Amino acid sequence: MGSTASLPKFRDETYRDDFSFRNSEQSVLRAPFPFDKDSYMYAVNMELHQRTGQLNSAFNEPFDVDEHYLAEMRDRALVLDEDPLRYQSLPHMEMAGWDTLELLMTHKSQSYPESFSLTRNGHDWHWINRPMGIDQHFRFGDATTLPYSPLEYITRQAQGDYVVLDERQGNLWMDAGMVTTQADWSLDFDIGMNFYEWHAPVPLAHEKGIFDRALKYLLAVQQSNPARRLNWTMTVNPRLDTSPENFHKWGPENTHVTPENVADKLFLRIELQSFWRLPRSNALLFPIRCYFLSMRDISTVPKWGARMHRVLKTLPPELASYKGLDNFRQTAVDWLSQHDDGQPTTPGAQPD
Amino acid sequence: MMSTTQYASFKSRPLYGTLSPVSATAHLVVAEGEGSEAVKTLVASASAEFLDNATLIYAKGSGPEDATDAMQALGFKRFHTSATATASLPRLNAALDRLRMGTQIYLTGNESALSLFVKACADAGQDYQGLQTEHHGSLARRMQCVHCKGITENVTTQPAECAHCGLLLLVRDHYSRRIGAFQGVNINAEDPADVPAKEEMF
Amino acid sequence: MSINAGIDVIVSDVVEVNSLIKRFHFKRADGQQLPAFSGGAHVVIEMEDGEQRRRTPYSLMSSPFDTTDYQVSIRRDDEGRGGSLYMHREVTTGMAMKISYPANLFPLDLRARRHLLIAGGIGITPFLAQTDQLNRLSADLELHYGVRSPELGAYLPELNASLGHRLHTYYSDEKQFIDYDELLTRQPVGTHLYVCGPSPMIDATLNSARSLGWPEAHIHFEHFAKSPPGEPFVIELANSGLSVEVGREQSMLEAIEAAGVDAPYLCRGGACGQCETKVLEYDGELLHEDHWLEDDEKARGQKIMPCVSRFRGKRLVLER
Repeated sequence: MGSTASLPKFRDETYRDDFSFRNSEQSVLRAPFPFDKDSYMYAVNMELHQRTGQLNSAFNEPFDVDEHYLAEMRDRALVLDEDPLRYQSLPHMEMAGWDTLELLMTHKSQSYPESFSLTRNGHDWHWINRPMGIDQHFRFGDATTLPYSPLEYITRQAQGDYVVLDERQGNLWMDAGMVTTQADWSLDFDIGMNFYEWHAPVPLAHEKGIFDRALKYLLAVQQSNPARRLNWTMTVNPRLDTSPENFHKWGPENTHVTPENVADKLFLRIELQSFWRLPRSNALLFPIRCYFLSMRDISTVPKWGARMHRVLKTLPPELASYKGLDNFRQTAVDWLSQHDDGQPTTPGAQPD
Repeated sequence: MMSTTQYASFKSRPLYGTLSPVSATAHLVVAEGEGSEAVKTLVASASAEFLDNATLIYAKGSGPEDATDAMQALGFKRFHTSATATASLPRLNAALDRLRMGTQIYLTGNESALSLFVKACADAGQDYQGLQTEHHGSLARRMQCVHCKGITENVTTQPAECAHCGLLLLVRDHYSRRIGAFQGVNINAEDPADVPAKEEMF
Repeated sequence: MSINAGIDVIVSDVVEVNSLIKRFHFKRADGQQLPAFSGGAHVVIEMEDGEQRRRTPYSLMSSPFDTTDYQVSIRRDDEGRGGSLYMHREVTTGMAMKISYPANLFPLDLRARRHLLIAGGIGITPFLAQTDQLNRLSADLELHYGVRSPELGAYLPELNASLGHRLHTYYSDEKQFIDYDELLTRQPVGTHLYVCGPSPMIDATLNSARSLGWPEAHIHFEHFAKSPPGEPFVIELANSGLSVEVGREQSMLEAIEAAGVDAPYLCRGGACGQCETKVLEYDGELLHEDHWLEDDEKARGQKIMPCVSRFRGKRLVLER
């Protein structure tokens, strides 16, 4: 990693109200499509977080910035204006906030030097975020020199949710986070919980021992070996903020999918989760980055269209219910069937 | 994730045990309502010295029984009494402030009272894993409305109305020790016209 | 990159602290800053000792906020397998070496209202980094430091300067000993206890804390086991199809690595669980030396920690 990528032109679009979010053709092809075979079940699908062979992919840089950057940051600011509880940090997590700020600033300025720059002179740091028009001098370790706490400051400038996990007693504790693009879980409710507790509502996986193995893997993540995995669900309309807090507002949209609108109204919501050991706090940073692909976007890649059809069709019912797909699963399967030729698909998730 | 399925057990649910005396420098017992039964059994099985450095905080609670006299008669070195678990919290916090490490803490009462007691101990810096708990009395839940953040006490039905914003909530099998409450999420958001009947559940 | 990726360093200084202890300074070979770390973290130092490659963990004692160099203090152990002897005899300023990224198996619980630190002898080293970190956080702390004599008490002047009345010393030559029961009875609620030192000191501290009713979540200890020297033996590695001889002063893990088989590790001291290996077959006695496996697991004989444990007998087959 650590190339000098140029950023694309940022789209002027929304994740609410008129939902003007769209993917460019490039943006579809670089998405981290989560299915590497024609069916889906939980697995501890962890791997090292490093660049893959593909030229333009979401795995190119440690913290991917794409054409949706500015729109996503605008949406985050709107969410926080309405509900400041979406960012929280328990008192012992301030050092982890500085660690996160350093990690993000360092990688962004290395990955995209035309857009971001970080200059350090001892504890006096100078940060420039050109896309957002930010030019900030501050003192590392002194929160009064920033407009927000270090974790809130930097995550208002970085796509994806950020959860910070404290490690104690052989477990991980969700003790801080910035969570505005979540697939229906509440930071305000889950903050302070350990790894097993915050996963309590997930069906099947506890019994399969998935969480025991995943936790053991995560505890071994050190500074030298950041890891990643993919997760997914589906969302009606490209709404980043599908929070339980606002479920009574967006829930009705789950019933608005019809055979006529499913192609453009229903989205595969991909989560690129990564895991980073933070140096001074020994905490683990857990970024959860969301990518949207509409059913029509998916159908433009023949392998993905066929595979999406097969995965949705064979998904175990309790998983479909847990992921909240019951209202529209059949409609999606019906529409996708025209993009499935029934032939075997090639191994791996990448387009042919 | 929203789902109307009820899971038999879940990992964030507090599990309660049986109070039993352990070797410790001092003992702090906090009881609500029918938890008085657990206190009697605890004292009966303890050594004679147990009471010499033990404190009991007893809240009568909302039930019909009043075990205040019986609790006082047990002979704790220090004894405080309150009308309800909530009313007992200032004295509990004061007692926690004075505690030294090596004090074993025993908590008993109904689900709501236990939620409050465990939270008070955690706020004082005592890790919850070192606490002993025993449940007695109602399983009525404290519920936090995920939408308006208001807490509704003594929830016994599924679904249940939020006492603050009035939304009809599914009481989920998901519990936050920090808030001391179960999570309530709007049950009929997808179709507000669909109003499921309430069942006595907890 | 892998979990065991290393950093190329140059030994930038070697300082004799007292008759038993030397301090080693490392800078990055490429001139860059080293990674920051947290108080209590260790690095594993690779030593090319003749034919043998040793990897031994040592606690970082320098300030976690100073990334220009790392410092470790090593006490010479004339009875050990030779790692400390190699460091004392062979390592000099200017030498190129390889160390691991820092990992922390003895972290501070930053929720603590108060940190009570108990050190014995060379067990002081993680606390040097931790007290530096805690001082910056203006945290409430007390350090109790037991050593044989003032002469052998490494870093006493530095600790006196940084901690003042919060430092309490105990010299065993002068018959001064920590009264654990007294100390652990007067700590306010929310105190966390940390102990690092020789096994008898750790055992005494833990026994006292547990019998006084301290909850486990408030008790922290660093118990690096040592792989003791012992009779040579042979292990068969089923997955790799190799047969490997473990030398008198070699650990099983070192022998496995020397045979070219990659095995995960973090602590190399029987504490972190990463190198846990399945025992497929054995005829003899497994000599468990770790603090990771439960007693019943050790008795069942299906798992072993090759970083510290050994074997005596006819045949041992491991899943590696």
